[in-house]
Amino acid sequence: VATSTVFVALFIFAMVVLVFAPIMTWVERKQSALMQDRIGANRASIGGIKALGLIHPLADVIKMITKEDTMPTGAHRFIHLVSPFIAVTPAMISFAVIPYGGVYDLWGAHVSLVVADLDYGVLYLFAIGSIATYGSMLAGWAGNNNFGMLGSIRVSAQMISYEVALGVTVIGLFMIFGTLRLTDMGILQQETFRVFGFMEYLGWVQPGTRWIDWITLPMWGIVLQPLPFFMFLTALMAENKRAPFDTPEGESEIVAGYFIEYSGMKFGLYMMGEWIEVVVISALLTAMFLGGWTLPWLPEQELIAFLVPVFGANVANLLAMLLGVSVFLGKVIALIFFQMLVRWSMPRFRYDQVMNLGWKILLPLSLANIVLTAVGILVVKGVTGR
Amino acid sequence: MRTALFWIFSLAALAGSIGVVGNVRNPINSALNLVVTMLALAGLYVLLEAQFVGLIQVMVYAGAIVVLFLFVIMLLNLRGSGTTGAEVQPLVKIAGTAVVAVSSFFLLRVLSTGRAPWPDVDPSYGTTRAVGEALYTDYVLAVQVAGVLLLAGILAAVVLAKKRLD
Repeated sequence: VATSTVFVALFIFAMVVLVFAPIMTWVERKQSALMQDRIGANRASIGGIKALGLIHPLADVIKMITKEDTMPTGAHRFIHLVSPFIAVTPAMISFAVIPYGGVYDLWGAHVSLVVADLDYGVLYLFAIGSIATYGSMLAGWAGNNNFGMLGSIRVSAQMISYEVALGVTVIGLFMIFGTLRLTDMGILQQETFRVFGFMEYLGWVQPGTRWIDWITLPMWGIVLQPLPFFMFLTALMAENKRAPFDTPEGESEIVAGYFIEYSGMKFGLYMMGEWIEVVVISALLTAMFLGGWTLPWLPEQELIAFLVPVFGANVANLLAMLLGVSVFLGKVIALIFFQMLVRWSMPRFRYDQVMNLGWKILLPLSLANIVLTAVGILVVKGVTGR
Repeated sequence: MRTALFWIFSLAALAGSIGVVGNVRNPINSALNLVVTMLALAGLYVLLEAQFVGLIQVMVYAGAIVVLFLFVIMLLNLRGSGTTGAEVQPLVKIAGTAVVAVSSFFLLRVLSTGRAPWPDVDPSYGTTRAVGEALYTDYVLAVQVAGVLLLAGILAAVVLAKKRLD
């Protein structure tokens, strides 16, 4: 892969992500207003133009940048200063391994729509995510505030607990796909399998029966591993500490939790980190479970092969690329919307409920899933011979 | 590029290790220096083409074990001993000096052999697949034994916690 294409991919996605985060504050305000029968953000205006409240994110940023940046007495100055950056950086660099399109040949250039196509892509994400814990737990400690301290103890316990479930939940998926590389997962998920194919192997129907060849499902992660999809989503949302898993920042109990002593843009960085992580969660789930950048029953190479006689190779590749990126973004937006729905529908869990869910429900279920998946793979391999 | 990265990572690892033992007053600072050391070591592993080991180093040591250290320090609100070496026994002093002397001797011997070239290995070396294949074919007995050992550890923790509760 040429260096220039890497920079292009990096630039596009950095723009998308950094634009996403402010706009999502608007989306969330409007969505919660819709769900609670209110009007929502509609005050900020530039010369009378309100643009449905879209100016609010801008007003927020101006407010945060111009606010006084306080340093509490008795704080550990250096750690207090760097914690917001430790919190926000992992969320931003997570995007490096997430593919938002395949590989295309455009006018002689070989364009791969992923910044770093790593062999251990998902492991990289887990490693980065485990570093993110420091940003939150040090913030509460460094501010010399008892509420912050309580928040940081809660946040570290919660994030360590869910990291265990997070990794174990998706092992079944890795066993099926046999790879940790997210681009390979995207390619494998373009295949389909026959839902009633087993009837042929059992001898219930004659080989070559047409109707069982017609009824197919795409080999998406959510089709092969439906329960782990929801467990993985739960674990990721708990890692992100957003409602209903926001006990570390539970404002009715410990004021603001671990970031209580932050003001201005440093507080803004924590907010931004959470927003970016919402996008990361959605993108990761899309890449692993929802077929990535492709539509079901429409393998990308077939699409390109179909388009080439009509438009020529370059335009066909370009069209496929545009379709891929928009499909990916569409799936990501749908998942973001779903996470916001959860946030505004569920009350905050009690702390012991959060811990019980992680250790007593998610972990045993995901361990059972590994065993069941292994048996399933053996059976399928034994019957079909591949 | 690789040599520059090597110097950055090794200097960070050394500075971090000195920070771990040097911060007697504040255990949190010690733990944070340990994180720096762990991350720098992970960088060195990746430079040596052992990407999988490097990532596991970040995930397990920097991301989980030191987090637990910090968690315990915060929970118990440890303040450190306050004075440097006030209650160190003479025997410990002698042992410490001996360890430093022996390791410096070996370090000097390694350094005097000249610089080793960067490893020139197969692209599949150090990948998740290669590590997995080695673990589940050649070293499967060791994996099983380690698994049983970990299970024993978990059971022991449960038994100890239960005894407290009953």
